[in-house]
Amino acid sequence: MNMPLLILLTALKITVILVVFLTAIAYTVLMERKVLGFIQLRYGPNRVGPWGLLQPLADLVKLLFKEDFTPPMVNKVLFIMAPMITAITAFLPFAVIPFASQILPDTITVYGQTLDLKAAGLNQGVIADVNVGILYVFAMSSLAVYGAVLGGWASNSKYSLLGGLRLSAQMVSYELALGLSIIGVLMLAGSLSLVKIVEAQKNLWFIFLQPLGFIIFMIAAFAECARTPFDLIECENELVAGYQTEYSSMKWALFMLGEYCHIIVASALATTLFLGGWQGPVLPPIVWFVLKTFVLVFVFIWVRGTYPRFRFDQLMYLGWKVLLPLALLNILVTGVVILFLG
Amino acid sequence: MSLTIPTFSLASIGPWLTLSVAAIAILVWDALSKERPAAVPAVSLAALVIAAVQSLTLLGKKGTDFAGMVYVDGFTALAYLILILGAALTIFLSWRYLEEYGKNLSEYYALLLFATTGMMIMVAGAHLIMIFLGLEVMSIAVYVLAGFLREDLKSNEAAMKYLVLGAFSSAILLFGMALIYGAAGGTLYLNELAKKLAVTKAVTQPLILLGLGLIVVGFGFKVAAVPFHMWTPDVYEGAPTSVTAYMAVAVKAAAVATFLRVLYVSFPGFAADWTWLLWGLAVATMTLGNVVAIAQTNIKRMLAYSSIAHAGYLLVGLVAANQLAAVGILYYLLAYTLMNIGAFAAILLVSRQQDRYLNIYDYCGLGRQHPGLAAAMSVFMFALAGMPPTAGFVGKLYIFAAAVQAGYIWLVILAVMNSLVSVYYYLRITVLMYMRPAEADLGPVSFTPAVTATLAATALAVVLVGIFPGWFYDLAAASVKIFSL
Amino acid sequence: MEYLFYSLAAVALISGALVVFQTHPLRSALWLIVNFFAVAGLYLLAHAEFIAAIQIIVYAGAIMVLFLFVIMLLNLRQPEEELARPRLGLKIAGITVAVLSAVLIGMGLAKVVLKPVTELPVGLGNTESVARLLFTDYLLPFEVTSVLLLVAIVGSVVLAKAKLR
Repeated sequence: MNMPLLILLTALKITVILVVFLTAIAYTVLMERKVLGFIQLRYGPNRVGPWGLLQPLADLVKLLFKEDFTPPMVNKVLFIMAPMITAITAFLPFAVIPFASQILPDTITVYGQTLDLKAAGLNQGVIADVNVGILYVFAMSSLAVYGAVLGGWASNSKYSLLGGLRLSAQMVSYELALGLSIIGVLMLAGSLSLVKIVEAQKNLWFIFLQPLGFIIFMIAAFAECARTPFDLIECENELVAGYQTEYSSMKWALFMLGEYCHIIVASALATTLFLGGWQGPVLPPIVWFVLKTFVLVFVFIWVRGTYPRFRFDQLMYLGWKVLLPLALLNILVTGVVILFLG
Repeated sequence: MSLTIPTFSLASIGPWLTLSVAAIAILVWDALSKERPAAVPAVSLAALVIAAVQSLTLLGKKGTDFAGMVYVDGFTALAYLILILGAALTIFLSWRYLEEYGKNLSEYYALLLFATTGMMIMVAGAHLIMIFLGLEVMSIAVYVLAGFLREDLKSNEAAMKYLVLGAFSSAILLFGMALIYGAAGGTLYLNELAKKLAVTKAVTQPLILLGLGLIVVGFGFKVAAVPFHMWTPDVYEGAPTSVTAYMAVAVKAAAVATFLRVLYVSFPGFAADWTWLLWGLAVATMTLGNVVAIAQTNIKRMLAYSSIAHAGYLLVGLVAANQLAAVGILYYLLAYTLMNIGAFAAILLVSRQQDRYLNIYDYCGLGRQHPGLAAAMSVFMFALAGMPPTAGFVGKLYIFAAAVQAGYIWLVILAVMNSLVSVYYYLRITVLMYMRPAEADLGPVSFTPAVTATLAATALAVVLVGIFPGWFYDLAAASVKIFSL
Repeated sequence: MEYLFYSLAAVALISGALVVFQTHPLRSALWLIVNFFAVAGLYLLAHAEFIAAIQIIVYAGAIMVLFLFVIMLLNLRQPEEELARPRLGLKIAGITVAVLSAVLIGMGLAKVVLKPVTELPVGLGNTESVARLLFTDYLLPFEVTSVLLLVAIVGSVVLAKAKLR
């Protein structure tokens, strides 16, 4: 066993996935602008490259060369840390989401050395198959709130603070519904590992067994991503831009990166939990996975183009008095059905 | 993957179930009805009566249930009965008093029942986790009850102080339990602890002692032993008077009974270590409680210090650590419940409306204006001071006799001297009532039936239990046989 | 593994001390979060993945967010206000108690004979073991916990609800 080479390969795998993932995020932004343009009967970006395909690159260059302004009176350390926390916690959950069954052969021979990829778990279409994978995802997403809260507080501005406070209340409230909505899936799959959950959907996707769970999951995911119709934290007419008000240049870009990363991770997670993950006929697994994920990403954008924003009390009412009891009911019914049928 | 759930009998936790289900039912009932349901106190009392009957059926039993999590035995049942008595008498004091503040809410009774459930969980706990959970159920309910008069600053202060210090002491208790868990090599069952600790003693002695010390601190806080008593006067003064009565009797009874079990069952091998510790605590508690009580002019504060002093007498019993001491403590808890709730009933009546007259000089001339009330109050004061023929005297007699039996002569001498000191401030109330004319007209006392009945019944009971202690002695003596002392 | 353990333990201890020594409540809270992470790491080293994940989700992800929430709301008016510094006597007392307890615990631990931990039965992960215990030996405490939470909810409603009838 050649340890350094394996470590190198692992690093390579992570890098490739990260690069692909970052590109996907960049093009999700473009996709959003295009789709919104389509919904609102306009063109969307179409100047940079054919059909505006190079627009993300242009945006990146613009953001990199803008002045990185740190306002006076802010808490420097936390002000700089906040966007990092947002971006990192947004990326990390992807580590346990399986995007394909097997991407490399069990063993490969490099320069006359045989490497056992299977033993190292490198051949799998997932960075790490953790046996509490879903809990890991929730742990990371529950930390995402710190980026906004600390950013809002460190900015020393009332709009930022209010935005941060709103977000923390919103995320803590909807985390409950989000967590409870997937308990049914876990009961059916009998495992917390996302790889096993995908394998358990070989014959039937869980969306057919857990329709209510899927709906609650999606609504709560919208709230967790702070997307329309739950984007109260940055509602322009009240809070300028919420916790992002004082940020500029790349720090602001990290917040945006985090936001779109959340959308993709939420979609990928919904795919994994309810839509059978990478499984599907004819096409290769990875294509199925990307396809399903982007259908859900499209739903995120579609909803943004369609629905108005909730009021804060309506948001809380929906979370605590509608989604939470419904999620509990879903668990109860699932439990009873499993008890009598399975 | 099969899972065998251990067999259990719901009857072993019957009283808890009755009380918690009643509490939940009260909450739901209140939420569903348009008007505030008037029968809530009656329902709570009925639940307590049922729980008492269920406790009676547990009297003769012996053993544990729920995979060794709860004790089902006579000691537990007697402790249940004392706690139920305390809760029931508190309810009798409550509704009229809360009415005066416009706060006669169903939640109060639900919380009271929950607190009582927590106490029962605590005294029946055969596992340190059960004890901790019970303690928390009790404490959280009592924190809220102490601050139940939300618009009253003093009530807020009481709740805040009790909460902050209580949470701190809970953490200390938990830390002690964690150390004991490690030191015993991984068990928290009270029965097993003694054996395991005896094995690991040679190696983990310092850990065990530190853990035991922290547990003593945790329980010391709940029973209001010096030096963990700082919260007591402020909290007792600020809390609603009915809640103060409840805290003084029931919280203390639950904590003492649990403390007794933990020490006698799990740590008999360390008796040499904890007896001198408790010896010191007992002396400090009795002395400080009694001496400072002399200086008090607010009757609730005076009874707060008196309650500290009584915690000291109970600690004397714990130090003695023999069968008679266990009997004495149970008897003392019963007597203390009766006489203290009685005293608070009298305070409620004398204070007229909304706690207006709580100064001890408001009792001047009471003997002439309301001879019955004054007589009852005198009975309670005599009992609290430990004079024959009241229950207070017999309780002290048992505990002091047990301490003499165990050879703690000096402790008993100090305790008796303390009792003599306490006579001064208890009898001062009687003197004021009979020998001093009223300083001003405080208005009529409204004798509400419930409080008056409580007053009369407890006064009678204090005397009767004092004159005929035999039946309870027999019950208690049979129930404490489980402790191999 | 051993180095990982000692570094995590060091982080846990240092951040724990910093929680106490900070003068601004927000900074205390942030160090407490660091502490939670270090402890979660220790759980992972002990192969208690479930507990580690729950530690992050519940403590770092929910409870501390509410702490920050409260601190921020209370600090709205005077963001620069710092906690009063403790008196010298209290400092001395605190340090003495800490040192003495550390010595006692250390003396206890120093003599403990280390035994290999019994491995979990094959095919049972940490999550399953926790679940099994909760539904067998710890069935009653598990249920009592629900009573505890209910009491806490009722209590907070009683204290906080705008208008009780």
